[in-house]
Amino acid sequence: MNVVNDPFTWAGNVIAQWLGGFLPPVGVDVTMMVLRAGVLGVFALVMFMVMTWIERKGVARIQDRIGPNRAGPFGLLQPIADGVKALTKEDITPDHVDRVVFNAAPILSSVAAMIVFAAIPFGPGLIGADMNIGIFYILAVGGLGIIAILMAGWSSNNKYALLGAFRVVAQLVSYEIPHVLSIVAVVMLAGSMSMITIVEKQPVWFLFVLPVSALIVLFSGMAEIGRSPFDLLDAESEIIAGHHIEYSGMKFALFFLGEYVHAFAVSCIVAALFLGGWRGPNIFGLTVPYLWFFIKAILVFNVMVWARGTLPRLRIDHLMAFNWKFLVPLSLVNLIVVAVADRLAQAGGLAAGTWPWALVMLVFNLAMLVVALALVGWAGQRARRAAEPREMPEVETHDEAHDAEHAPIAAGAH
Amino acid sequence: MTTLQVMFILLGSITLAGGLYTVTARNLFHGALGLIVALAGVAALYALLEASFLAAAQVAIYIGAIAIMIIFAVMLTRGVMGAYPVKDLWSLAVSSIGTVLLLAVLLVTLFRFNWPQTTPAAVPADSIAQLGKALVDPNLYVLPFEVASVLLVAALIGSAYIARDKK
Repeated sequence: MNVVNDPFTWAGNVIAQWLGGFLPPVGVDVTMMVLRAGVLGVFALVMFMVMTWIERKGVARIQDRIGPNRAGPFGLLQPIADGVKALTKEDITPDHVDRVVFNAAPILSSVAAMIVFAAIPFGPGLIGADMNIGIFYILAVGGLGIIAILMAGWSSNNKYALLGAFRVVAQLVSYEIPHVLSIVAVVMLAGSMSMITIVEKQPVWFLFVLPVSALIVLFSGMAEIGRSPFDLLDAESEIIAGHHIEYSGMKFALFFLGEYVHAFAVSCIVAALFLGGWRGPNIFGLTVPYLWFFIKAILVFNVMVWARGTLPRLRIDHLMAFNWKFLVPLSLVNLIVVAVADRLAQAGGLAAGTWPWALVMLVFNLAMLVVALALVGWAGQRARRAAEPREMPEVETHDEAHDAEHAPIAAGAH
Repeated sequence: MTTLQVMFILLGSITLAGGLYTVTARNLFHGALGLIVALAGVAALYALLEASFLAAAQVAIYIGAIAIMIIFAVMLTRGVMGAYPVKDLWSLAVSSIGTVLLLAVLLVTLFRFNWPQTTPAAVPADSIAQLGKALVDPNLYVLPFEVASVLLVAALIGSAYIARDKK
């Protein structure tokens, strides 16, 4: 490989050779592992800065204003200004909080978001650890962030923080179910849980083969992060910011960081699972897989910013009803339909990964989506008709006899 | 000392420390957090044994679901934050004697038994695929268990329907 095609592997080899000059092989291995982990962590944090800038500018433009434009050209240095502000803010610890748990919660929240990046495939060989359970690892460490929220809510010694934490955890745990079930459909088609294999099995993007799964993963991903329109539980105007109400300064910045890093991680996952990962045409004859992956992840994040700027916040009972009454049955039906359609298409002689097979799967998926939306529409119609008044109210008819009857009373009433 | 042994001792100590903290913490919530450390240590030990699926399943199920449920139960209990002194000397004595007896039995069993010392077999590359096939194989034993869980779900739905308050 040469420098442009795969600069990271080339740089890694150069550094390993330089280290091999004065370290034993074990030392070289360990140092390279630590270096790779460090690079991934720094990448996550730098992307956090880029994400906040995209979000603020994007939401501002949707709301017909400009967004930050003072700090640096186009406000590009705004995240740095935010970081400095968070560092210089007074770090208040309220009375009677559980010190250890109070300080550990933001750390766990941001770390749980960052360790997802170990299993994300940036390129054909560019992955932190190519585990044969890649996507399952990502789903498992999502649970650690939930523990961090409970720790934050409990140790704050604040009723509202605790209530906010309960509601957030209820939402997060509920939305994990359609998330996992739809990812199982992807794993079923790819035949493996390894992220590299899933990307390699996408000559046709899974977005066209499994559109319903893609939409469900995107929605539940947005709900898992706690972004709008699912951010009832930790928005400033509701329950006064929920579980991170008692955090100020850098600790709050760590929670904020955890949320945006998690948002970027979910964008990367959707890009790898459904948008073909690092697959893309060559630019001027150079294969640049990492650039295509980056473009796709930023594209998905832009869709999330778009949803945040456009959609109103969902109420908690609507949110839960949407999950349990629509998304969970849809995910289960989706799993069955995808399995049946895949087997039918392959029995009919279509090889997996070709356009005709993808077309058959797409037809089945769209049929399922149409039926699901029709059911929802019918249920909505029924609810609307049930909420209307049963009978029309009595209309007063004005005629001469009526007026003559009532007129003497009206005239003689004084 | 191979690297494997060093890692095992490290991870084992973390697991044991978490477990010890769980049973000795005065604050129930801290005990629940110690349980999470112990569960994470067990997941790391699974990963050390190259049982990757089991390690991820341990984190996802135990830490991501059961530990959260335990924390909810702890939070909904009253009087959790207080310090609970030892009840009395008699219960302390009896529990100490019971623990020492159990430890003696376990140690005697461990040291007298001839543990077979074979080299572990290599983990097959498609272990997850084989696990999946074993879960649905009609000739093996897991399928009746899964059908029983369908029966449990039916019972749950039925009882929830019967127990709801009718308006």
